[in-house]
Amino acid sequence: MTSSEKKQLQIAACKVRMGVIESTHGAKAGHPGGSLSAAEVFTYLYFKEMNIDPANPKWEDRDRFVLSKGHTAPGLYSALAYRGYFPVEDLPTLRHIDSYLQGHPNMNTVPGVDMSTGSLGQGISAAVGMAMAAKYQGKTNRVYSLLGDGEIQEGQVWEACMAAAHYKLDNLCIIVDNNGLQIDGNVADVMSPYPIVDKLLAFGFNVHAVDGHDFDALEKAFENAKKTKGQPTAIVMSTVKGKGVSFMENDAGWHGKAPNDAEYEQAMSELKAQLAEVEGK
Amino acid sequence: MADMKKVATRDSYGAALAALGAEHTDLVVLDADLAGATKTGVFKKAFPDRHFDFGIAEGNMVAAAAGMAAAGLVPFASSFAMFAAGRAFEQIRNSIGYPNLNVKIGATHGGISVGEDGASHQCCEDFALMRSIPGMTVICPADDIEAKAAVKAAYEYKGPVYLRFGRLAVPVFHNEDYQFVIGKGEILREGTDVAIIANGLMTYEAIQAGEMLAEAGINACVINMPTIKPLDEELVLEAARKCGKVITCEEHSIIGGLGEAVCGLLSEKLPTPVRRIGVNDEYGHSGPAVALLKQFGLTADHIVEVAKDFCK
Repeated sequence: MTSSEKKQLQIAACKVRMGVIESTHGAKAGHPGGSLSAAEVFTYLYFKEMNIDPANPKWEDRDRFVLSKGHTAPGLYSALAYRGYFPVEDLPTLRHIDSYLQGHPNMNTVPGVDMSTGSLGQGISAAVGMAMAAKYQGKTNRVYSLLGDGEIQEGQVWEACMAAAHYKLDNLCIIVDNNGLQIDGNVADVMSPYPIVDKLLAFGFNVHAVDGHDFDALEKAFENAKKTKGQPTAIVMSTVKGKGVSFMENDAGWHGKAPNDAEYEQAMSELKAQLAEVEGK
Repeated sequence: MADMKKVATRDSYGAALAALGAEHTDLVVLDADLAGATKTGVFKKAFPDRHFDFGIAEGNMVAAAAGMAAAGLVPFASSFAMFAAGRAFEQIRNSIGYPNLNVKIGATHGGISVGEDGASHQCCEDFALMRSIPGMTVICPADDIEAKAAVKAAYEYKGPVYLRFGRLAVPVFHNEDYQFVIGKGEILREGTDVAIIANGLMTYEAIQAGEMLAEAGINACVINMPTIKPLDEELVLEAARKCGKVITCEEHSIIGGLGEAVCGLLSEKLPTPVRRIGVNDEYGHSGPAVALLKQFGLTADHIVEVAKDFCK
């Protein structure tokens, strides 16, 4: 990608992060940590990778995205809002009674959400079904699904992985956000999913281990995924949970907690400074 | 009666899928290593490119069906009732029910008539589980003709449907011109002394019971109620009003199925004494299906016994 393209993506990622803070602060609840760790991949998918039309969210031949780690809806909603699916101003209504921005993604209320998720381990199966459907229908659209590193403790994830390789779903690309933390602490301590790359290789995936905050690395992996035939791709991203907000970084406590007013002010000022720095490049 | 044609409704399911598949290319079938037993193998033979085996992984199968429906297909996902409604309950609830996706769950081997496999495979809880999901339609056909019609109706209906079929061959009592409508019951015998409301293989037992009761001077109204949800409330209320006594019959736990659906309706709208015939709060066990049905009181004889006591 050109440096100007990269700059635009970095700007968008900053805004996606600000939307995460705006929405979780507005909600007084929600999951900022895993939304922030995935801000670059949300941005890359919605601003570069996927063949989509925000004016026509139900377009039949669009690429699909399934947020298997559904609790990071603030990250997805923020990316969708900044991509033009719905007003950015609505983000703070997250989780409010009667808001269309439900606590976990709802395909029937939120424009741009391709699958309702929230119960971990199920989204990847739906993505497998979508990829199988595309193959049967003779369509060329692609399907993407983002999973958490804690989520892959669910046995169903591996049932889905088995099916993805068995049916040679080269139109499917899963992404694992390996931020190393889950609600109860380090994933390695709670129930180690490691080695993640080796497991996915053994399950028949084309696997890329990348820095999930590096757009060049993401581009390389996603481009390779599109060229890979006969097997699904998995991109295992090393990330920092809470990335971009100093006091949220690498702290499991920020998995599912909203910033209070003072924390909101600090987080936003840090993100604004980052945005100004990127814009000034 | 003894020479009536008998067909297991799981066979009807396989045949109906194959027939519908010929007309509709958006109909796809999913199975979890039981295509021979669920009879989706009949569809697989005709349309191998759209029969997908997911191996022994029901949760993944059901959630993948949701993804297929989100992409515009009409998937029928099949397994035994125990593993479809039971094991994959939460996937059905969250990935199919909550987003209201157009997935049909074709569950075979419902009830204790599974027979020799025993309690682990005898699902008597599926109506209860599936009824509790908002927006889920729950159907248990009584014979071959109704089962085939129900599969067609489920395909034509937009939204999640749970269909329960049986392993045991049961008498085919409907005529070929029978019109099945989702949410509608069927009066098989008019009567005013007691209303017998049944579904699945218990419907034919109820028909026989109606005849036996007539000989004993009890005029029973016999109703076939293939759709447990949404319940044909009008018909239940009409029968209760006319008879003043209701007996429900199902090859399911008396907890959470047709019996409780009828009781729930009547207790709120027209309090009427009800006797529930079904599997009591217990597990099944191994044995020949017919012997088990007798042992668990799922027979015309038992219905007659209950009705006589009820009408004393």
